[in-house]
Amino acid sequence: MVAWYPITPSTSLIEATTDLLKKFRVTPEGKATFAVVQAEDELAAIGMVLGAGWAGARSMTSTSGPGISLMAEFSGLGYFAEIPGVIFDVQRSGPSTGLPTRTSQADLLSTAFLSHGDTKHVILLPGSVKECFEFSMAAFDLAERLQTPVFVLTDLDLGMNNWMSEPFQYPDKPLDRGKVLTAEDLNRLGGFARYRDVDGDAIGWRTLPGTRHPKAAYFTRGSGHNDAAAYTEKPDEYQAVMDRLTRKFENARTLVPAPLVIKDKSSKIGFLAYGTTDFALRESMDQIKKEYKLDVDYLRIRAFPFAHEIHDFVASHERVYVVEQDRDAQLASLLKLDLPADQVVKLRSILFYNGLPMDACSITDEFVTKEGL
Amino acid sequence: MATATPTPKLNRIGLPVIEYRGGKSTLCAGCGHNAISERIIDAMFEMGVEPERVMKMSGIGCSSKSPAYFMSRSHSFNSVHGRMPSVSTGAILAQHQLTMLGVSGDGDTASIGVGQFVHLLRRNLPMIYIIEDNGVYGLTKGQFSATADIGSKLKTGVINELPAIDTCALAIQLGATFVGRSFSGDKKQLLAMLKAAIAHKGTVMLDVISPCVTFNDHEGSTKSYKFMQENDEPINEIGFVASFDEIDVDYDSGQIYDVQLHDGSNLRLRKLHEDYDPTDKANAVRTLMEAEEKNEVLTGVFYINTEKPTFIDLLGLVDEPLATLPESLTRPPKSALDALMANLQ
Repeated sequence: MVAWYPITPSTSLIEATTDLLKKFRVTPEGKATFAVVQAEDELAAIGMVLGAGWAGARSMTSTSGPGISLMAEFSGLGYFAEIPGVIFDVQRSGPSTGLPTRTSQADLLSTAFLSHGDTKHVILLPGSVKECFEFSMAAFDLAERLQTPVFVLTDLDLGMNNWMSEPFQYPDKPLDRGKVLTAEDLNRLGGFARYRDVDGDAIGWRTLPGTRHPKAAYFTRGSGHNDAAAYTEKPDEYQAVMDRLTRKFENARTLVPAPLVIKDKSSKIGFLAYGTTDFALRESMDQIKKEYKLDVDYLRIRAFPFAHEIHDFVASHERVYVVEQDRDAQLASLLKLDLPADQVVKLRSILFYNGLPMDACSITDEFVTKEGL
Repeated sequence: MATATPTPKLNRIGLPVIEYRGGKSTLCAGCGHNAISERIIDAMFEMGVEPERVMKMSGIGCSSKSPAYFMSRSHSFNSVHGRMPSVSTGAILAQHQLTMLGVSGDGDTASIGVGQFVHLLRRNLPMIYIIEDNGVYGLTKGQFSATADIGSKLKTGVINELPAIDTCALAIQLGATFVGRSFSGDKKQLLAMLKAAIAHKGTVMLDVISPCVTFNDHEGSTKSYKFMQENDEPINEIGFVASFDEIDVDYDSGQIYDVQLHDGSNLRLRKLHEDYDPTDKANAVRTLMEAEEKNEVLTGVFYINTEKPTFIDLLGLVDEPLATLPESLTRPPKSALDALMANLQ
């Protein structure tokens, strides 16, 4: 189920998806095995995504910065009521309307904590067209496995421009539809508690509407609930749910796409970056090597919450340059919240935020200045 | 002394009414919403709807709490304020052969949620949309909502100076295919209306006046028990004959409108208001506008259309629910990807 509202630069993603669905998701009788809904706004789009995700269908929307802002309240419901859904954000430049036809990476921090209260989200960060394909599949699997909204952050440069790519690989694993109990399971178990951590992975089992068993139903709510999905204001019950959500998020570190080691153990200095920054950064590394005979290490981050390898990479270097396409060092800020205090001082920032895709010289110049080369 | 346990009455699928009940209501004693919950229980029981095949939806507010008080055997989704329509849209697209019943309030529908409400109506989404309408925000202690009538007075003495949104007129104009208004205190009318709603395919919009005993049930309120008892003007008398009942009603046929519903049931409307034709859209809106000028509250089924395609029809969905389609139908074969890749080379 695809629900969306037109916004530059994400519209082309939906239009391409719709074309493919019409081609590949129609039965020989001419019936659709998909639904695409142009919603009245982004609030409705994500509401439809969560409604479909709750009822058991894989669902997605695609948007850009202003749409992400409008999705804030529902994102918190998805997180707290534990409902799968996939949200693509093709990032554009600027606060407010900004530069709708220019690129940036400036939605990272607001998306990581989108909504009020204690909320945090799983974010996948593809760095190429091929990874967009692979991470889209991963996002649907993770959303159903973790029972939570999963965001995929790309940017205008990747989302709207033409790219060379290696051919995409056909998936070698079946879809992961997550933990869903059937009527037969319920006959065997005698019942279930929707949010009870019976497997120790902080993920409860769910049932889908329509399951023909008198014990299948549960009550989904964004208000305080206990592990049996009943309304509660009891301090210990509320806190137990919040703590389990934290454990689930911690476990996600090992389930999301691992960071990619581009180069390691050559230098005391390291680079961290994500997404399309990769292209400029690789070129910059060549420049630095050629002109300054310096082989800098590089780890490409591919998801939030951060994998343990990212901590190890920072720990094993003296200085780490976080290279990103926004003004406020959002990736560095997110890392600072996650790293131990003694590691935080190692971070330096190289930033680029004029609306154009980042170029290699800008990175090299800033690096050379900061390193005093 | 041994007494025989009375056998509870079972419905056509063999369930007693207790299997349609929910949790204990935490709303105020005498709240109109509780009476509506009772009628929903009766209607679902009498129609023999399988509780597991129902999705209960709601937004936020006193009304939106009420799905917890009926049909515990049905999945329920208490969403966010004013957004029941979008969540319902997604849910029904995933599980389109289920019956969906949503309970909203006047604030949830006519203020914060009016945008989504309007688009739900346009789509003729197959669901029963009930507004438990008391003209006032109860959970936040008694502010006017957008369905409060001009001149109506709050307990605090504040007078409403803005015109009410007539949700029925809006629903008829924008594409709902079964539109009616009732009163939580009118058991017979509301029950018949709900049973017909269950048999209808498309958006059923029922505005049920439901007095708020705490904040809006006093002299000067147009959403009070007293005002409704004195000013409720039924436009038709509603009879409902389920497909599994024998038709055994003796009416003067000149006074009757019989509408055959999708499951073969019959909605039988006895005209009380001149020559009221519930299939005439323009006349329905005009009748509501005229009643407003006369300060009358009309109740009954204002509009019904059994021909218009639902959103599910328009999308041409497969019969199986999208939620549980096998992977063989959802993941195209390797050859499809290979062909796509070859085209890009």
